[in-house]
Order: sequence, then structure tokens, then C-alpha cells
Amino acid sequence: MADPTFKAVVMGAGILVLLVLAWMLTSTASDALPVFQKEGVLGFLFGTTWQPGDARGGEITGTYGALPFLAGTVYSSLIALAIAVPLAVGIALYLTQLAPKRIKQPLTYTVDLLAAVPSVVYGIVGAQFLAQVLYPFWVWLNDVLSFLPFFGGNVRAFNLLFASVVLAIMILPITSAVIREVFAQVPTDERWAAFGLGATRWEVMRHVVLPRSRAGIIGGAMLGLGRALGETIAVLLIMGAGAQVAFEPLNTANTVAAQIAAAFREASPEYLRALMALGVSLFLLTMLVNVGARIVVSRMGTVSGDAAL
Amino acid sequence: MTTLTTPDAPAARRSLRTKVGNAPARERTDFAMRSLLLFAVACAVIPLFIVIGVTVQRGLPAFGWEFLTSNPPFNPTAEGGGYLPMIFGTIYMTAIAVLLAVPLGVTAAIFLVEYRESKLVPVVRFFTDVMTGVPSIFVGLFVFSSLVISGGLGFGTLPGAVGLAVLMLPIVVRSSEEVLRLVPQDLRNAAYGLGARRRQVVTRVVLPAAGPGLATSSMLAVARGAGETAPLLLTALGARALVTDLVGRPQGAIPLQVLEGARGAFQPAIARAWAGALTLMLLVLLFTIGARLIARRSQLTGGN
Repeated sequence: MADPTFKAVVMGAGILVLLVLAWMLTSTASDALPVFQKEGVLGFLFGTTWQPGDARGGEITGTYGALPFLAGTVYSSLIALAIAVPLAVGIALYLTQLAPKRIKQPLTYTVDLLAAVPSVVYGIVGAQFLAQVLYPFWVWLNDVLSFLPFFGGNVRAFNLLFASVVLAIMILPITSAVIREVFAQVPTDERWAAFGLGATRWEVMRHVVLPRSRAGIIGGAMLGLGRALGETIAVLLIMGAGAQVAFEPLNTANTVAAQIAAAFREASPEYLRALMALGVSLFLLTMLVNVGARIVVSRMGTVSGDAAL
Repeated sequence: MTTLTTPDAPAARRSLRTKVGNAPARERTDFAMRSLLLFAVACAVIPLFIVIGVTVQRGLPAFGWEFLTSNPPFNPTAEGGGYLPMIFGTIYMTAIAVLLAVPLGVTAAIFLVEYRESKLVPVVRFFTDVMTGVPSIFVGLFVFSSLVISGGLGFGTLPGAVGLAVLMLPIVVRSSEEVLRLVPQDLRNAAYGLGARRRQVVTRVVLPAAGPGLATSSMLAVARGAGETAPLLLTALGARALVTDLVGRPQGAIPLQVLEGARGAFQPAIARAWAGALTLMLLVLLFTIGARLIARRSQLTGGN
């Protein structure tokens, strides 16, 4: 094999990766096209009626408004993010600034292991164990927060907040891995300078480490958001499928990914196209978030660790 | 803490800790904040132990030799039986996925590391990174629409394996790239100095040196792939008996069966699902921790 041939093969592999990504979008989008044509892109994204038809040809007879699922997806992911980001910042601070040398590596691996646990395992632990354990807590929380809007209504054992908490745990590794990376890049000189001026460890974190790391925290949060938006199986097992736009965190809700997984087996050919359309919407949403995150993160070099994969 | 003695240093040498009026308050804030950070770490570690602990505790009763070597009973309310077809299906599909994803992924990683001068490198790297974030259910939809339906393959082993391979690909590329980067530039230069071509440098010097590291990156990919449920849902579909066909018959997998058991209402099936979850977790953690240990032992670590 001559050198130019070798180069062509190697380059071909690189290009193939791009082609796979492009092929993913085109093949699903072409299947979903009739649905988008009938509802219109905005109509599909913001419609609230979801009544699948069962036509067998290419025609679309049902009404497809994906807002309930999209809203559930975004809503649960944002709550997960609100829980996960402060924790991830805390974990990253502890691991980079405070952890004694001996436990630093093992602890880092331990946090990264959360990313290795399959989502179906999170799902079964949530559905078959935690649901019963946590139900009294949700009832109590509902009573305490009943003065707030969206609280004080129905409480379900399988609810959106429960799914969000599990999602938060699931996205901790990737979020803290990125944030860890930025914190490690803060020049040691500056930290020592602050210590030299008599700053406490917290003050160094607060005034030296955190201010320089805003981009990394945003990047890590966005990558975590991308993960949360696409999570399927854990949500399917924990959220309890409710197909309405509801903003009650303690009631059932549904997400795009979980709906695809739940409805797929019994779907008519026409309904399959609608599920494809759901999938394409989800893909574009996560791509938007991920590309943004990667642009933010790419300025700070590569993120290492199993969790980042 | 000693104070510096400069010519005009104050005579009274009190420690800085007591010199400043608000020192005790700052000390307290510092302590409170450090405790809070420790709490954040606990919030990550405790759930991990809960997940592992509960899975082990609930999985053990139904787990055992019978579980690993027999089929699930036809009736979900029957006790006993096992996950043999699903375990076989998971290993089968993961193996094919590795054969598909690893050669392609490593070759793409060679491109990213060894042809840095190419304009395409940043583009490929960026989109590989983006690909790590593709929702797994979407990968399932993609393989379903392209192979299962349009490709006419139907549900089966190969579509399932392709779905897993698509998920593994960016992981293989990224972790292999990290490994290849760790090969010292001097090695390459030495080979060039002996008159080697770039192809020879890559195949005879870089790849052998990176061998162990590349093995760990494949192991990580296996660990990720074996536990995936969503893409298999729409490609392999699931089966209750042993399937050896590459295409044409739906194939089972551990996560699919765990999902079915966990969604159902029958205690024996749920007990089997716990045992399945335990099997899956053992498999995944074995590969993840194994990869980590090999990486640590070998000269060229996987960088992570």
C-alpha cells in the first residue's frame, strides 16, 4: 500500500464518521417529512393535540402536536440541570482544590462510575425500589410547598420531579468532568498568590477559581443538558407516561424520548412517521445544545475522563 | 505562619490569623463552605452506592447458575428460569458492534492524530464530539428507518449491532485519539530518520506502541454499548429464545428484558429483571474498571 493510498483510507474513515452523522439526519427526516408537511414545522412543535391516525400508505390522517412531549423533555431536563450544576461545581471544587492526594484519583473514578451504570439499571432501581421509598417524601414536599403555584395538586409515586432527580444524578459525571477540567486550568501562581495574601481556601475558590471558570461551567452544564434531553429508558420507567402539558412537578409527564420508546411497538405505519418526526425534533434540539456546548468547551482544550465520552 | 522580617516590619509579630478583625468569621465561612463541598461529593457517591447496593441485594435471590444457563419461563408468573438467550444476544451483538466500530474508529483517530496538517481534521473532530451527544433513541430510529425498513433487513442481530456500533464509534475515536497522542513524537521522528514512510511509521511504530491503550479504549466502548437499551428497542426488538441468525429474526438482549420485567407487574418476572440488572452491571463495571486497571498498568495510559 503506497502512502497516498494509506492517506486516502485513513481520511476516508474520518469522512465516513461525518457521513454517518449526515445519513442519520437524512434518513429519519425523509421518513418524517409527510408529518412535517401536514402539520407544518411550527404546528408540529407547538401543537398540543396528539391523536395518532392509522393510515397505511403515505398519507397522514391523525393530528400531531408534539408540545406536551417537548415541554416535558425541556422541563424535566432543566430541573435536572438546576440540581446537577451546583452539585457538579461542588464536586469539581472539592476534587481539584481540597481532596487529599491519596483519595483524589479514587474519588474521581467513583464519580465517573455513575456514567458507566446503564440507564436501565437506574430505571429499575427507580421504578421498583425508590418509587415506594420516596412517595411519602413527595407527599410531604407537596404539603410544604402547597403555597407555590403548581404544587398542592395530585401527587404520584412516578412523577416528573422524581425523574429529574434521577436525571441529575445521571448527568453529574459529564458535567463535573468538564468543570473539573477548567478548574484544573486555573494558574497555580494566582492561587498561591491569593493564599499568600492570607485568603482562606474558600476565598481562593470564590475569588480566584470560580470567576475564571464561567465558560467551563456553562459548557459542562450544556453537555449535561444534552444528555438529560436524550435520556430514554430511565425516564420511561420513572416519569409515568402522562401526555398533557402540565407544569406540576409531582404529577406524571412524558418526554419525547420516552414516548418514542413506549409507543414504538404498537405504532401504525403512519404513527411511526410521527415518532420519526419526534425523533428528528429531539435530535435537532440536542444537536443545538451540544454544538453550543462544544464551541464553549473547545476553547479550553480536551476534556478527559470516562464520563466525557 | 511566620511573619517576614523586613527592616521596617512592625515590632509586634502577631499571627495573621488574629491580626485581622474578621478572621474568625472568615474561618467559619471557610469551614462551612468546605463542609458543603464535601456534601456535594456525598450526593454523587451515595446514589452510586445505593444503585449498586440495591441491585446486588435484590438481584442475588434470582441470580445464579440457573439464571445464566436457562431460558426465561413462558409464563411471567412462573418462578425460576434465566436470561441465557439475552446474555447470548448481548454478547453476540456487542461483539459484532466492536468489529464494526473499532477498526473504523481507530482509523479515524489515526487520521486525527497523524494528519494534523489536514484542513478536515478540526471538522471531523468537532463532529465526532457532537456525535457523542446524539440521543441513543435517535440512533435506534435511524437504524430502524435505514436498515430495518428501507434496507429490508427486519429486526435482528445485525441491525442491533449496527445501532450499538454507531453509539460506540465516537467513543472509540475520542479515546483512541487520546491514546495515539501519548505516543512520543521522538519515536515517530526516529522512524522517519531511518527513512520510513508515514504509512510505515503509523503501522510499525505508532500502533504497536499504542496497542494496550487502544485495547482499553475498545473496552470502554464495549462497557458503554453492552448496557444500552434504547437503540436495541427499535432494532433488535427482543427475543425469549436463543437466536443465532445474523438477520431475519428478532434478537434478545439483557437490557431489553430487564426493561420488560421492570415495567410489568409480576413478582417473579421482576425478580428476574433484578438479576438481569445485576448481570448487566457486573458486565459493565467489569469492563470499565478493567479498562482502567489495564490503562494504569501499561506504559501508555489511556489518558483518562
